[in-house]
Parts: sequence; C-alpha cells; structure tokens
Amino acid sequence: MAMGIALQLLFTGLGIGSIYALVALGFVLIYRATNVVNFAQGDFAMLGAFSMVVLCIDMQLPYWLGILITLAAMLVFGALFNFAVYYPLRNRGFQPVIISTIGASLLLENGVLAAYGPRPQTLPGFLSFPGFSVGPIFFDSQYLLILGVTVVMVTLQHFIFERTLLGKKMEATSQDKEMASLLGIPVALMIMLTFMYSSALGALAGILVAPILFVSVGMGSSIALKAFAASIIGGFGDVIGAIVGGLALGVVETFGAAYISVPYKDAFAFIVLVLFLLFRPQGLFGEKVAEKA
Amino acid sequence: MSGIVSSEAHKPPTERRTNHGRGFLTVLIAAMTVVAPLLLPMTAYYLNLSMQAATYAVAVVGLTIVLGYTGQINLAQAAFFGLGAYSVALGTVSFGLSFWLALFVGIVIASVAGVVLGLTSLRLGGHYLAMVTISFQQILTLVLTNWISLTRGPDGIPGIARPLVFGFSFADGGTYLALCVGTLWIVGFCVERLKHSKLGRAMQAVRDNELAAGVIGVDTYRTKVIAFTLCALLGGLGGGLFAGGFTYISPDQFSFAESVVFLTMALLGGVRSPFGATLGTALLILLPEWLRFLKTTYLAVYGGAIILLMVVMPEGIWGFLEALRRRLWPPAVTPVGRVAPLPLTTQIADEDDSTILEVKQLSKHFGGLKAVDQVELSVGRNTVHALVGPNGSGKTTLLNVLSGIYKPTTGRLFFDGQPVTRLLPHERAGRGIGRTFQNVRLFTSMSILENIIVGAERPGNAVAIGSNSVEQHALAALDFVGLVKLRKQTVQSLSYGHQRLIEIARTLAGSPQLLLLDEPGAGLNTVEKSELVQLLKRLKRHGLTILVIDHDMNLVEQVADRITVLNFGRRIADGPPAEVLCNPEVIAAYLGNVKTHVAP
Repeated sequence: MAMGIALQLLFTGLGIGSIYALVALGFVLIYRATNVVNFAQGDFAMLGAFSMVVLCIDMQLPYWLGILITLAAMLVFGALFNFAVYYPLRNRGFQPVIISTIGASLLLENGVLAAYGPRPQTLPGFLSFPGFSVGPIFFDSQYLLILGVTVVMVTLQHFIFERTLLGKKMEATSQDKEMASLLGIPVALMIMLTFMYSSALGALAGILVAPILFVSVGMGSSIALKAFAASIIGGFGDVIGAIVGGLALGVVETFGAAYISVPYKDAFAFIVLVLFLLFRPQGLFGEKVAEKA
Repeated sequence: MSGIVSSEAHKPPTERRTNHGRGFLTVLIAAMTVVAPLLLPMTAYYLNLSMQAATYAVAVVGLTIVLGYTGQINLAQAAFFGLGAYSVALGTVSFGLSFWLALFVGIVIASVAGVVLGLTSLRLGGHYLAMVTISFQQILTLVLTNWISLTRGPDGIPGIARPLVFGFSFADGGTYLALCVGTLWIVGFCVERLKHSKLGRAMQAVRDNELAAGVIGVDTYRTKVIAFTLCALLGGLGGGLFAGGFTYISPDQFSFAESVVFLTMALLGGVRSPFGATLGTALLILLPEWLRFLKTTYLAVYGGAIILLMVVMPEGIWGFLEALRRRLWPPAVTPVGRVAPLPLTTQIADEDDSTILEVKQLSKHFGGLKAVDQVELSVGRNTVHALVGPNGSGKTTLLNVLSGIYKPTTGRLFFDGQPVTRLLPHERAGRGIGRTFQNVRLFTSMSILENIIVGAERPGNAVAIGSNSVEQHALAALDFVGLVKLRKQTVQSLSYGHQRLIEIARTLAGSPQLLLLDEPGAGLNTVEKSELVQLLKRLKRHGLTILVIDHDMNLVEQVADRITVLNFGRRIADGPPAEVLCNPEVIAAYLGNVKTHVAP
C-alpha cells in the first residue's frame, strides 16, 4: 500500500514538475538570448491562466478557441514586453534589466489584481473523462495531459533549435551577439522572437496548470521561483537540465508535503536550491564558464 | 566599518573650508530634524508616517550599500527588517529582555543571516543572489506565519516596549521619533563616508567592473559579502526601531511585496546615495497617503515606475540632481602643486638577471579547443618581454591564465620563485602582478583619480598606509602618464587613448613587480601610439619588468628585449627580436608561406 501511495505521489510530482519545466524552459531561452533572467516569466503563466478564465468562463468560449486566442495574444504580448522592458535597457548590463523585469512582474500582478480582484478563480479540467486507475494508482486526465504536452513541446523545441535555420540563428544570437550580427543575423528580431516564444510557452504552462491550482495573481511568481530553482538544479542555461530539474523538484516537493510538512511545502524547493548552490553550483548538467576578458 | 578613513585632512585649504561650511550646515539641519519632533505638535497620524519613514529609511540605506555601491540585488531586505522587528518584539514581550538588548540581538541575527546568505550565493553571478534572496524572503514569511508557538503566527505581537536610557524614557511618540531620526542621520553619515573609504571604493570597483577589480587587487567575493552583511545589519536595525515605534507587528509587514517596496524606494530616490535612499523612502511613504485613490493599485504603479525609472532616470532623483549640479557648477580643478615622482622599482642597478615569471608546460583547453597548448615561457627581471602571434593564437588566453582569470587545464606558474598557479586574481595582484586589458576596463562611474586610488590600494602595496600617501601615490602615477589635470573627470569624457593611459596608470599605482599589458596599442592612432612607445621606453628605463602582447611589430621591436611567438596555442619561437623576426616559421605564421617577403 505504501508503495501505491509513493507511486501516486510520483505521478502527481511529475505532473507539477512538468509545469516547472515548461516555465524553466522559458527562463532558459530568454537567458540564453539576452543573458538576463526574466523575473516576470511566471507572470506569463498567470496571464495565460487568467486569459482562459476570461475567455472560457466569463465569455463562454469553447476551450480550443480560448487556448488559441490566449496563445496568439501572448505572442503579441511577448513582443510588447520585449520593447517595453528589455529593448531600451539592452546595452546597460544585466542589473537594470533584471530590476526592470521585477518592475514588470509587479505591474502585471497588481494590474490583474486591480482588474479582477483578489478572489481566486477556478477553471474546470479540459478533458471530459476524469482519468483511470491502474491498481492503486489513479491517473488523473489533466496530469496526463500536462505530461503529454510537455513531452511534445520539448521535442518540438529540440527540433526547432537543432534542425531549422531559425533555430540556428537564435542559437547563434545567444552565443555571440556581435558575431551573429556581423553574419547578417537580425539580432534584435531574434531576441524579440525569443520573448514571444517564451511568453507563449509560459502561458501554455499557466493554461495547463489552471485546472489543478486556483487561478490567482500570485500563482505565477510562486511557479517561477520554483522553475528558477529547477533551472539552477539542472544547470543554469541548459535545456535538458531545466527539464530534469523541474521534474525532480516537482517530485521532491510532492513527497516533502506528503511525508514531512504541508505548511512548509513551498520551502522544500528553496532548501534544495541552497544545497545545490553550496555543493554543486553548476547544477546537474551545467558547466561553469568564466567571463571573457 | 574599519575601512572608513578620513579623506578630508589633506585637501587644499580652500576646498577644506567649503567642505567645513557644508559639514556645519549638514549638522545644523540634522540637529533641527532631530529636535523638531520634540518641539512641534504632531497629530498621531503624521507621527506614525514619520516614524515609518525614518525606520524604513534605515533599511533602504542598507540597499544603498549593496545595490548602489556594490551592484548586487537584494530582494530580501524586508526579511532582514522582519528579523530585527521580531527580535525586538519577542525579546521584549515574550522573553522580558530590555529593548536595547533585544535590538542588539536582532541586529546580530539579521547580520548572521546576511553573512550566511552572502557566503552561499555571492560566489555566483547576480541572478543567483536575486533568486536566493527571494527564496529566503519566502521561507521567512512561512516561518513567521506557521511557527505559531514562537511567533504567534498571523495574529502578530502587540504591546512591544519602548526603550529607557538612564531613566529617560522614549515611550512618548515624539521622543521616540527623535531617536529614530537621529539614528538615521548617523547611519546616513557613516554610509556616505563609506563611499569615499577604501572599502567603499572596492565596492564601487566591483560594481563597475568586477573582473578588473579582481585583477587589480580587490577581493571581490569578500567585498560583496561585507556589503551584503552591512545591508542586512541596517535592515535589522531599521526593523528593530520599527517594532518599537509601532508597538505591534505581524508577518504581512515583512513580505516579499515589502522587499520590492524597499527596492523601489531606493531606486526612486537614487540608489547611490543615502540621501537619495531617504528621499525615496519619504516620497513613497507620503505619496500613497496623499494619493489615496491609488490605494488598491499602488503596487502596480510602483511596478510601472520601476521600469520607467530604469529607462529614463537610472540614478534616481538624487542622482539626477547631482548630475544637474555637476553640469551647472562643475568641480573646480585646483592645481595640485608639486607631485612627487612615482617611486618605481629601481633594482636595475643590481643587474639582476634572475627570472621573475616562469611558465611551465601550461595548457588551457576549452572543451576540445586547445587555446594554449604546453607553453613554456620565462620572463627575466627588468626586461621587456613581448608575446606576439596571429589572431586566435592564444595570447590573451595565456594572459588570462597568468592573471588568474582562467584556471589552467595543466601546467604550473611560478612568480618570484613562488608557485602561484592556485592563487585568485586579487592574490596575484597582491604578489605584484599587474595587468591591463585589451578592451579597456575602467571603473566608469568613478572619477579618474578614484580609479587610480583603487589601483594604489592593492594588498601588499608598500605605500598604502593611510589615505594621504595613497592619494599622493595615485597622483604620482597619474602624473607619470601625464594626465594629472584630468583627475576629476569621469571616464566617459576621455578619449580612447587617454583611457588606455589611465588604465596603465591604475596598474602602475599598485607598484607592480610585473606589468602585463594586453594589446596596449590596439585602437590608438599614430600619435597616441608613438606616445605609448615613449611611455613604455620610460618604464623600461625605470627597470620595470613588462610582458606585453601586441600585433604591432614596429611597437614590439622598439621596446622588446625578448620575443615569444605563439601560433595555434603553441610556442613556435622564443629569443631576441633580431633572431625571432627572421625565423621562417614566424614569417610563415604571419604572412603565410611567401618566401620573398620579409616581416613588416
């Protein structure tokens, strides 16, 4: 029986971990393109979830349409974010940009709060069947959906970066902006595309997680903190690391909440993070490279 | 804050007099603001606002040190503030301590938390610190809310006592406010003085260019940890005073949102000055009260304001005013009088032909790329040694290994007979290895003179005793490159050629035993280049040992006693110039296999 519970927790943990992984991917992509951590990454997820509430609950649109509109809107939003928050500060080092993304996060969360009020919203699951049982384990359909979409997105992203010219241009931009622009790659455009893709990816995570969690203004930043912890654990800037780190963190947190303490559930991620910073700061897959002189 | 030293004493008389005048005025204003709450009748409402502003400002001044001076992001200042506040609250209410003892305990707890957080995260880049501080902030909020047996949970703690000194009670609101304002002035004064101390200059050097700071002798990690700890300390102090002021506290007052509010206050007022921090705090506490219609959306407005500030006014209101003042009344450049000559090494008389730098079987690989491959190099004392080679031959990588920026993959380094392979950049600077960079790395927001003083303050520099001699030494170094009249200018206002000279002067001020110059001629025009050659020749006459990298064979030929040639990471030639420049392999490396041509 204990084994059954453990497996059930593992399944749940992987589901939550997938959400962290998706948000962490967004972090990593923007970090690789701009060398800056986007502190508003989690708020992209929050916006995605709220957009679904507005479109599918308030306006009664079907889910597929709501999802399409949300993702399209978030692509546009990513471009706007790029122009308002990153572009004016692009030549001023990382610190001003970080502070500016913190400002953006504050603006987005409290803007939504002012518009929608503090009461958390709920969104019913996307699939009509609740799930199925295999022995003692119940496979919830929403968690299966999350896992499935994560696998698809990761594969798709891998394909784009490894096999397409667009992906190679984005990769070149992230490695050496000056050289990339000398080779005729439109660096500013590549960075804008990165912001657009990352914000849609974040929104997708928010859409997927909305039926599991309450939809609230704070949901994004708490996911983002864990996603960031996940990307450090995996090795900062590493795509595979972000995914493995996210999944691992989801599992650790679920087990911690079940066996150690529920009120301190949110602390486990940070404790793991600090342990990694102390003993393996380069993460599971990372390689520490010194600054160029 | 033992690093604080007076820099006023040796100023020319006129400067000193105006500074005295300004100092007197400041003290007068300070005294008035402290006495005001005692005399002026205040409504409880304004008393509370002022109390909040004064105690918050102490914590925000902490951010001046860590963010403004040192350039590190701390998003947990409300947590340190909370540690101070809870210590005073629990100390006085639950444990029956006196206010002062509880406050002291709070400051200690906040500082210890600061040291531990700093030590764990400051070795890594700024992103890590930002995230770790957020994590710490979240954990503290969880603990304050959930550890009910100790903290009383979300209900908070009422009935916090106010202090008593020699029977004089601070229980009255006005008296307590005077105490807070007085503390704020003292803190602000110390932090302002810190800026012009050795430690403060090291912090600003780290902020402006961490790599260069390390190479000229600043222990960057230690400096950052100290800055972070001081910030946490002031957070604890402010929080402790806050608890006494309001006599009731609860966990939501120390949440992440408050940390962001602290950050906004610092950025709005001007993050590089304690006055700016105080101004920003006062504005952000009073403004929401005046603009009550914003009450529900004020944080959204703060967020927008942060983005706008970063774009249009990154130095905040105070920084803007200072820049305006500097434009309207530029600092008068008073003549410095006689500058003593720079005491460069003069062991040339010894005719010492021993080796100062010995490189043995040194390799540096990046993945599969062998940037430096099994290189041998020995630099003789009092010689000028040139390291040349085509682009990508590994010259700069080798220099980066020599100055400690890269760890070698294999091989060993000896300096002055001692192994230095494992030493960090600032430790090597301490041994007397100085260097300049291919792309000039100056501390752009400090004055020219301050740049050079940081160089003079390297550990182990014999002159660095007392600030007067350091400043004189820096002036001497500046005079050596002929730019003493530019000492009060900012880096941006200088031509590229002058910036290169300033960088050389900054290294010379540290009295290096060995000077590493990374392409000093790059980007210079013909006139500047010939001036550079003259400067190198003067340094050579003074007997300074130099290892110089350059492409310009003309420059190298004029100054070098010995040349080492690298190609594809390997040493292909080594010897006196005449011999090396005729070496067919060297000619081939530079020009391809064209046998009819001679090296330029």
